[in-house]
Amino acid sequence: MAANVAGRPDHAAAGSSAEATAYPFHGEHQAGIVTPVQDRLHFAAFDVRTSSREELQELLRAWTDAAARMTQGEAAGPVGPTEGDTRLPPDDTGEAIGLGPSGLTLTFGFGPGLFADAEGKDRFGLADRRPRALRPLPHFPADALEAARSGGDLCVQACADDPQVAVHAVRNLARIGFGAASVRWSQLGFGRTSRTTRSQETPRNLFGFKDGTANVAAEEGQALRDHVWIAPGDDPRAEWLAGGSYLCVRRINMRVEIWDAQPLGDQEGFIGRTKRTGAPLSGGDEFSAPDFAMPGRDGPVIPADSHVAVVHPEHNGDVRMLRRGYNFVDGSTDLGALDAGLFFLAYVRDPDTHFIPVQERMSRQDAMMEYLKFTGSALFAVPPGVRPGEYVGQRLFA
Amino acid sequence: MARRPLPARLLAPVLLVAVPTLAACTQNADPSDSGDPRALSVNSSADACELSATKAPAGKLSFTVANTGDKVTEFYLLAEDGLRILGEIENVGPGVDRTLTVSVPEGSYVTACKPGMTGDGIRGDFTVTASDEQAEVSADEQALVAAADANYRSYVQDQTDQLVARTDEFAQLYKAGKDDEARELYPRARLHWERIETVAEAFGELDPIMDAREADLSEGDEFTGWHRIEKDLWPQRAEDYTPMTPDERAAMVDQLVEKTHELDELVDDPATTYPLDKIANGSRGLLEEVATGKVTGEEEYWSHTDLWDFQGNVDGARVAFEGVRPVLEQKDPELAGELETRFGELQELLDQHKVGEDGFVLYTELNDEQVKALSDAVNALLNPLSKLTAAVLS
Repeated sequence: MAANVAGRPDHAAAGSSAEATAYPFHGEHQAGIVTPVQDRLHFAAFDVRTSSREELQELLRAWTDAAARMTQGEAAGPVGPTEGDTRLPPDDTGEAIGLGPSGLTLTFGFGPGLFADAEGKDRFGLADRRPRALRPLPHFPADALEAARSGGDLCVQACADDPQVAVHAVRNLARIGFGAASVRWSQLGFGRTSRTTRSQETPRNLFGFKDGTANVAAEEGQALRDHVWIAPGDDPRAEWLAGGSYLCVRRINMRVEIWDAQPLGDQEGFIGRTKRTGAPLSGGDEFSAPDFAMPGRDGPVIPADSHVAVVHPEHNGDVRMLRRGYNFVDGSTDLGALDAGLFFLAYVRDPDTHFIPVQERMSRQDAMMEYLKFTGSALFAVPPGVRPGEYVGQRLFA
Repeated sequence: MARRPLPARLLAPVLLVAVPTLAACTQNADPSDSGDPRALSVNSSADACELSATKAPAGKLSFTVANTGDKVTEFYLLAEDGLRILGEIENVGPGVDRTLTVSVPEGSYVTACKPGMTGDGIRGDFTVTASDEQAEVSADEQALVAAADANYRSYVQDQTDQLVARTDEFAQLYKAGKDDEARELYPRARLHWERIETVAEAFGELDPIMDAREADLSEGDEFTGWHRIEKDLWPQRAEDYTPMTPDERAAMVDQLVEKTHELDELVDDPATTYPLDKIANGSRGLLEEVATGKVTGEEEYWSHTDLWDFQGNVDGARVAFEGVRPVLEQKDPELAGELETRFGELQELLDQHKVGEDGFVLYTELNDEQVKALSDAVNALLNPLSKLTAAVLS
């Protein structure tokens, strides 16, 4: 077997096209943002343990190498899961043998803790390059955040059409990082809840409604430049971040048992859309623009406190997000309720204008909030794409 | 408290059940194709109101109204006089369809589509013929509805009166620094609030001032009301807590007293009425409060007196159920029986945690198994309770 196909030797022969789908790792922007949303997610946040700048760079280099291989369906390490010295543990854990790339993308982000610790101390000589908007998100009404599900110095978003491929990637990156970084928390997701290309169907969240209809799509070049990608000059202190984005992360528990006791008409009133087609209550089809002024019997036909009215760009200074969240069910709580909800992931050019005000409005005014509980929260700066020979975020250290 | 006040539209009067069509396997299925003569379709366009049939056998009729116009439309089923409304469906947006379900006895009727929601609408005659499923017309239903309104109104007023009295008393103790006595009275005064919580929340601005929990606030919001005082009386869980000064105490509790009196005036206002759906939705709403805040011990974070609130919500939900029960007994006696049983089971569990005449153990004294049992009983009740409104209006 040739060295360059080490690792997952069967994937070329593997059946479906979904399994054979591979997205380039290198590019102007990191993959996993405008990439058509895959079905499965494993998201991990890490604490950096080392205090050495060199070790941190070494970690990013090692992660980059492994990511470049795994996203192409190869093994995490250069040797492979079964090919190496039998006296050594393999450099790939093996559970993805034969599964193909399955559309795997790995997207890396940097948390506020990388630039200053809790006491404000500069850990790695990066403080003067901290992106302006990179700081812990503020407390929003109804936040019930768990420290063990929030924050992180580094993050990896692994998306794939096969859950085992996504888990394999995170597991191997964590293994490679041992010593330099430790997993702070991680989250599995399924049933993508948004679409990032127009050809994808808008999926449904666990309330049973279509979600993310107004999402920025990959085809919308100007909207991506306006709302998603950080442009050169946006943040003079953090020019290294140009071509990147900010990732807003929120773990939103849904009180599904209570929701399920709501009459259909009320559910549609909370969302502002019909459940069957996703059309706004002002009519048309899913993609019709909502008419918030259209009169109904008691106020607008789309209630002013409905989700669509509260978060729509029209009521938020025309800001848009690129959402690529996932449903999650982490078993059940002690009380037998599903520990379930939406793992919200949104890429924006500036959280101060594109996320925080919208979340604040939603937390205060959205009728849906009665059925939500925010249990996790994090903000990351996502560096631009990696050029061949570079490691992810290299320009930060230059 | 509710994380936010319940939307006003949940409490606004509506006359009949308006349920959007269930997601069907086929889109835009024409209900008249089903062969069921009681399933009718209505095409409401800008200038026409076309029914799939103008005749149907008596019983439970469903009208699936599709709006093919470009304005919000409404559909009405009116008595022969063209005035009395038997059923209506509002807020049907362009391109949207909604289903009206209504029980109709034999007779002559008038249908009307009202594109743009103005004028008399586009009217047509409609005939209901005799059938085996002749809908029951209860001569005294009107009287039952009026009685429910009056009874519930006096219950709410009575609870508010007691809340005012106990809040006044509480304020005196708290201001005088009689903290032990204030702590004794705290859950007993709040019991009356919890019994009518959904009504109080309907008066928009009061709830956030009187009953907000600290975790529900934004940075910069002022923390006031019952739970602010709770924290001052039970500061054990608070980090680096600075007790309120006597002046701060007085200002805080005087505001609470003032708002409680405001609430009292609002519920005494003759314009405040309680149609069946408002009472029934209130019953469900109170139990949802239990499910989201009380059974999890989140409501009384500082004092752990959650079980008093729990009891208050259950009392209120039960009174509301009993209020509409005479109507429910006519429409769906089986549901009435199930609710009776489920309320009984839940109360029996709560009784196990009673201490003395009117007290409860603290939430922190419950073990996991006991909390789970309470939660299960709440869910068992919530499920049939979610059908109450539709049942009494059918």
